[in-house]
Amino acid sequence: MEQIINFLDDNTLAMLSLLVLSSFLGMEIIGKVPTVLHTPLMSGANAISGVVVIGAIILIRRADATDYLTLVLGFIGIALAMINVVGGFAVTNRMLDMFKKKERKN
Amino acid sequence: MDYSNIIDLLYLVSIIVFIIGLKGLSHPESARKGNQVAALGMGMAIVISLFAPETGDNNYLWIIGAMLVGGGIGLTSAKKVAMTKMPEMVSLFNGLGGACAMLIGIAEFGNLPAGTEMMSGAVLTNIFAMFVGAVSLTGSLVAYGKLNGSLRDNFTLPAPQLINITSLIGIIALSVMIMTQPELNMALVYALLGLSLFYGIAFVTPIGGGDMPVVISLLNSVTGIGATGAGLIYGNNIMIIGGILVGASGIILTVMMCEAMNRSLINVLVGNLGASGGGSGSDREEIVKEVNVSDLAIQLKYADKVTIVPGYGLAVAQAQHICHEIENALEDEGVEVRYAIHPVAGRMPGHMNVLLAESDVSYDKLLELEPANDSFPSTDVVLVIGANDVVNPSAKDDTSSPIYGMPILDVEMAKNVVVFKRGMSTGYAGVQNPLFFGEKTKMLFGDAKASLGKLKDEIANA
Repeated sequence: MEQIINFLDDNTLAMLSLLVLSSFLGMEIIGKVPTVLHTPLMSGANAISGVVVIGAIILIRRADATDYLTLVLGFIGIALAMINVVGGFAVTNRMLDMFKKKERKN
Repeated sequence: MDYSNIIDLLYLVSIIVFIIGLKGLSHPESARKGNQVAALGMGMAIVISLFAPETGDNNYLWIIGAMLVGGGIGLTSAKKVAMTKMPEMVSLFNGLGGACAMLIGIAEFGNLPAGTEMMSGAVLTNIFAMFVGAVSLTGSLVAYGKLNGSLRDNFTLPAPQLINITSLIGIIALSVMIMTQPELNMALVYALLGLSLFYGIAFVTPIGGGDMPVVISLLNSVTGIGATGAGLIYGNNIMIIGGILVGASGIILTVMMCEAMNRSLINVLVGNLGASGGGSGSDREEIVKEVNVSDLAIQLKYADKVTIVPGYGLAVAQAQHICHEIENALEDEGVEVRYAIHPVAGRMPGHMNVLLAESDVSYDKLLELEPANDSFPSTDVVLVIGANDVVNPSAKDDTSSPIYGMPILDVEMAKNVVVFKRGMSTGYAGVQNPLFFGEKTKMLFGDAKASLGKLKDEIANA
């Protein structure tokens, strides 16, 4: 019981509130999306989930310069997440560019 | 002076930028800008994380090197990928994000100081990030394999539901064991990692290839939650909020995709659509009528209204450009040409719109499901090119069909239907299509691009 109470300190509760409120925001934010945008929206949201790259950056920055295991894991983590971020935004942009080209002509 | 408040304030600004970007992405007129705004937010967040005060050795060379490698690969593949391969690409990208969350979880287990209390939030968040990241990684890879055809639907595990539930119970049990040990037991951590990786495979494998878009959207949401888990390890607000935004909006998008197919999410996940063979389930006489290209050319020239129903087969054959040329040739003859786009045409919702836009087909010629169905009774000829499941009438009346209940393009209401097809094979869902044996239906067998090429010449000559 004490352990559970230890879990629920002020910090955890603040975190929990943040989680709950952000989930509601996330659900409300996209609303009704026309099917034509499902693919680009999925791809764009996918790029945003690459925000995990920041964790790998913090991991490496906190590591000792000789802690090669952490450095290598972090290196791979950053590289993979950056593919997700850069590739995701670029590919979404490419898709949406095609729509834009059309609109201008009409 | 305490910089951490300033850092948090700057993170807050980039979170707001994220939210504005995501909001923009969900409306047609602002989508492109929204994507760029979201990218800007990401750039800001990364720069902040690089310069926020930290206690370690910084190791900037490692970071910059990794960012250049990853960014370079990402940019090149995004530029090179064919539009038809978009779903595979998104799936692969998504798995890589998951892999990053998983690696962070593993590394932070190694970094726990000796004597760390195992029953603690730190250990729990490590477990969570590692588990969610691993599931996202292997799940996305299986989805990728199914989409590009290297994994067929008949690659299944025996008793998938049982395996799934057992794995989940095993994952929970291992997590509890790790947390109740007096000290860190890395063997248990690796066992948990292995089982999580396996669960990702076991979770996606039984789901049919036709449902992969829904799965990718769901896994996208999972990766977002993984990012949140990793954010909890560091108490980093932008990861927590950015991740949960994607997690929550991803769930909503997933549900919307299911609605477009008139199915529930549960039905997709355990419904096992693609794996079933599906009989014809029709009492129609299985007689197929063929049409030749020159007859079709004349029929089209004398028609008033022609509607094209494009499917993934059209895109695979790279025939969308020649399709557009035929459209132009017919319009010159005074024929009204429209495209009927099923919500799940292609491999992802909205995929076909992207493909046709790439070939310069005008936006206002694309009809969505309902207006298309309204227009079919006054349409003279419908050309079904490389589409199958989305025009399958057994979805309307055959309760035994695996695709029963999915809204379809009801092309049989038109006066004539011509189906372009390679052969009599079933569609992606593996279901026989009674449309092919319908009274008004004629078949034109062969490669879609070759057939359309011949048709174009015939229209020019006739």
